Amino acid sequence: MATPAIEIQGLTKDYPLGFWGHKSRRSLDNLNLQVEEGEVFGFLGPNGAGKTTTLKLLMGLIFPTSGTARVRGKSIEDIGMHREVGFLPEQPYFYDYLTGHELLDYFARFFGYGAAERTERVKRFLDRVGLTAAGGVQLRKYSKGMLQRVGIAQAILHDPSVVFLDEPMSGLDPVGRREVRDIILDLKQQGRTVFFSTHILSDAEMLCDRVAVLVNGKLQGVGAPGEIVSLEVQAIEILFEARDGRPLPQNLAGRATRLGARYSLQVPEAEMYATLDQLRASDVRILSMQTLRPTLEDYFFRLVGGGKNASHAVEAQTR
Amino acid sequence: MSASPVFLPGVVAVNAFREAVRDRVLYNLIFFALMMIGAAIFVGQISIGIERLVIINLGLSAISVFGLIMAIFIGVGLVYKEMEKRTLYSLLSKPVRRWQFLVGKYAGLLLTLAVNTSLMTLGLGAALYYVGRPFVRSDFTILVAVYFILLELALVTALALFFSCFSTPMLSTLFTLGIYITGIFAQDIRDFGIVTRNPVILNITRVIYYLLPNFHNFNAMSAASHGFPVPHELIAQNTLYALLYVGVVLIAAAAIFSRRNMK
Repeated sequence: MATPAIEIQGLTKDYPLGFWGHKSRRSLDNLNLQVEEGEVFGFLGPNGAGKTTTLKLLMGLIFPTSGTARVRGKSIEDIGMHREVGFLPEQPYFYDYLTGHELLDYFARFFGYGAAERTERVKRFLDRVGLTAAGGVQLRKYSKGMLQRVGIAQAILHDPSVVFLDEPMSGLDPVGRREVRDIILDLKQQGRTVFFSTHILSDAEMLCDRVAVLVNGKLQGVGAPGEIVSLEVQAIEILFEARDGRPLPQNLAGRATRLGARYSLQVPEAEMYATLDQLRASDVRILSMQTLRPTLEDYFFRLVGGGKNASHAVEAQTR
Repeated sequence: MSASPVFLPGVVAVNAFREAVRDRVLYNLIFFALMMIGAAIFVGQISIGIERLVIINLGLSAISVFGLIMAIFIGVGLVYKEMEKRTLYSLLSKPVRRWQFLVGKYAGLLLTLAVNTSLMTLGLGAALYYVGRPFVRSDFTILVAVYFILLELALVTALALFFSCFSTPMLSTLFTLGIYITGIFAQDIRDFGIVTRNPVILNITRVIYYLLPNFHNFNAMSAASHGFPVPHELIAQNTLYALLYVGVVLIAAAAIFSRRNMK
């Protein structure tokens, strides 16, 4: 059996509270997760859910209260694990006295590349994230989006097998988001594992092989976006318009929603044919029909809504 | 391919040096130090007969004071700034151990201080040359005094770095300054214990004396200004003492920093 790319077992993190630290706040609660090689894995959850805590634990920036994790079979306490991974922190900030080129060169030195290879890699990865022209500019002059891109470049500079990205789309304009999506898809094509946290559910739905949802430090569900939300059809939406601006018959007017010159009608699947007969009899023009299924967003909000009270309890405890 | 563990602190050190070199505040400090040394020329000219003594004393004091300001104020921010701005996040995700980062930061600041001290020493040499005094063999003591200042700065930087691993820059500055000032009077603290003839106080002052860095021994300004030679034994003793003390402080700093949760 192949070694999973990421294996997390019972990972828990408590933060001490107060001056003496007698009380504590649980930020991550017994997380168990497995990510396979080559997967694009989305880590979803509202603010304060424990996503960044998980990533910090995996990167060795903080230490677990209990539990273990392995990346490509290596413990997160093993320094050798860091050769296998790349990491983009949330809202990255780098040495503002360095240029983009100097920053990547600095990080490349930690992997022992020679001068020629460093130069080649820095040039290649600056180009990859669209910063060739800005490579000689000091980072203090970079926009938020540019910092995000140079952050991605430093994360993948050494061709890591597993890439951890904390909110990679955050602060990017639509073009920037598209570019990051392309980079993630590119990494997947190269067989690399990508583990990223995000708030942007459409991106997760579009990119991820599987997602996990975390609320209040607890894992709520894991699976393919199409699996964790029910595939059952919720309703049928019929879009139609009245001919020559004629008013709708009484039986339809009360049920349809007006959208400008058009009307939308949502009916249960079982009533679809009867409704279509009614529409035909009313002499309206049917424009389109589509099935309505719950989205990842619906699933996410259902979970988050359920955890809201607990979330407030945690906040109150920290005050 | 991997970089050797010995090589990695060097990578961090070069970057820390680059950071300091690109910091404008540092140039202001060097400028003021050189101004002080320049002012020594004029003070020397009105000090009939003791021109040499005044210029060397003021010059070495300027090198020491401005070196201390740099060591403390840059030292206390070395680690804290990286944690606060989260530049450490990306760095520590690379195959670099925390102690390597810490030693690299320390070495980078020490390199900066060595370069700055050399520049200021050149300024002092230029001031002595300007007043038309020929260099004599006993002037070698000035270089010994500068070397002692550098050893002192190495100790102070290690202390500043140690405190910055678990404290804010403001508190770290206070702690480092406090230890520095107490360290100057380490000898007096021990002598006080002897004078009291109370065995409890004697033991307490003796422990304090051995724990505190003894900065008193690093002051060779008087010998330099009067042209007295500094015994070779003292040079060797101070070098060994500084190396050991810095080593212990850095090991303690690394032990704390290695278990610290990043914000």
